[in-house]
Amino acid sequence: MTLFEQYIALLTIVRKEIRRYLRIWSQTLLPSAITMSLYYVIFGSLIGSRIGEMGGYSYMEFVVPGLIMMAIVTNSYANVASSFFGAKFNHSVEELLVSPVPSYVILWGYIIGGVTRGVLVAIIVTAVSLFFTKLSINNATIVVAVVVLTSVLFALFGFINGVFANTFDDISIVPTFVLTPLIYLGGVFYSLDLLPDFWAMVSRANPLVYVVNAFRYGMLGVSDVNITVAFTMIVVFVICAYLYSLYLLNSGKRLRS
Amino acid sequence: MTPALKIQGLRKTYQNGFVALDGIDLEVAQGDFFALLGPNGAGKSTTIGIISSLVTKSGGKVIVHGVDIDIDYPGAKKFLGIVPQEFNFNVFEKVEDILTNQAGYYGIPYGVAKERTEHYLNRLGLADKRHESARNLSGGMKRRLMIARALIHAPKLLILDEPTAGVDIEMRRAMYEFLKEINAAGTTIILTTHYLEDAEALCRNIAIINHGKIVTNRSIRELLRDLNKEVFLLDCADTLPAEIAVNGFELKRLDDHCLEVVINKGQDLTAVFRTLGDKQISVVSMRNEANRLEQMFVNLLEQSA
Repeated sequence: MTLFEQYIALLTIVRKEIRRYLRIWSQTLLPSAITMSLYYVIFGSLIGSRIGEMGGYSYMEFVVPGLIMMAIVTNSYANVASSFFGAKFNHSVEELLVSPVPSYVILWGYIIGGVTRGVLVAIIVTAVSLFFTKLSINNATIVVAVVVLTSVLFALFGFINGVFANTFDDISIVPTFVLTPLIYLGGVFYSLDLLPDFWAMVSRANPLVYVVNAFRYGMLGVSDVNITVAFTMIVVFVICAYLYSLYLLNSGKRLRS
Repeated sequence: MTPALKIQGLRKTYQNGFVALDGIDLEVAQGDFFALLGPNGAGKSTTIGIISSLVTKSGGKVIVHGVDIDIDYPGAKKFLGIVPQEFNFNVFEKVEDILTNQAGYYGIPYGVAKERTEHYLNRLGLADKRHESARNLSGGMKRRLMIARALIHAPKLLILDEPTAGVDIEMRRAMYEFLKEINAAGTTIILTTHYLEDAEALCRNIAIINHGKIVTNRSIRELLRDLNKEVFLLDCADTLPAEIAVNGFELKRLDDHCLEVVINKGQDLTAVFRTLGDKQISVVSMRNEANRLEQMFVNLLEQSA
């Protein structure tokens, strides 16, 4: 395929993905807005007012960047996992597999679909947060870069989950038993400074720690980890997940007989 | 001229050890209407799966319009349109979106894709369903949608795996008329079907596959010429006598008005008609007990077994 044809194919996949989640907006966009509103009310306003300051900010201000990042992570992940597994389940993925579209275009199509949903939900959740607190942006470039890299990373994780899933249960097991614990233990609700040294060190193996702290740095200018280290770790995770996803597509594992 | 499809020593052994293809060779000329026949599990769908890249081969070569799939699979795929046996579209998508998306996967810009979608929706009687979810289509409409989808990028080689399964007779005929038209316009067609009378009526050349091996690969005319035995049923206006015999023929009185006649190669029916005429019995119609190709198909499968 020429580069122009590949560009058309990419646009087609992205358009299809966006249409899919907009068609079922009540399942894809609305739940995060409602869940995050509850988090803001419970953790930010009710409990947060008794906690006091964290990292030099009110608890509400501290927790908002983590909650926005949580929405990005779960949505970019869920979008690709459910869409790709759904395509596998109803065999419509064969439309792509029999076509001349290169594997990397297919992969980027799904990634961009996941990123757009992650970003859209982030905008909604951020807008909702404005009802509860004032937001400041310390470094807009870092905010944008972290949002994009994080949604790419978790879209890739979602893709890998979609490839390996055999049933719809399999695409809910990982978010429930892996992603949610990582999010909760990734510094969304607390600073790593509160943890004993050993657990603070263990937490550094959690990719969520880097994305949450990098984003919090972009918003508030505070972070539990060095921002350069955080970016390096996110980029390393992205490269590894991308190469593995591409390998899965090229080899046809779980996709071709 | 470069063949539309050339297969050399194609082998496929699945992970469980089942040998689906045991070194098949096949050549389909450009412009041909070719039948690939065989019983269930013979290897037809595996062959199509390998050509379309949904199944990985264990060995051998597949060349589509001169492009070796091992060297340039995307290049080979551009020539191919595939209509699989099972429905494989997203049933929640709109009919027209399924077609425009498929065009997009082949790099066709949206404007052109919309025009082609319009053309095939009209041509295949789906125009009034364009905004419907695919799940709301009948079985026959879903089949036509898959044909439209396979044609949207104007492939040179169209492969249809059981396209008329579950389709009523009227729709089947209309579908075959359409296929004849696109074949006449230059598209090579490979068809697998269990309706052997359709294969006989439509196809010029044929390959029969069984247990992963090609049993025969020749023109249908040549194949039928080799048929050693045919069974005809004669419907008579007058009552047949209880005993009826014609020297050299195997006859069987099925009921008062129907006579079964077995014709061996080299025999003709003149003597039978003469005998019936002598007995003042007129024949009102005559038919093959089984489709001729079906008879040949059964014979060849028995021999290969």
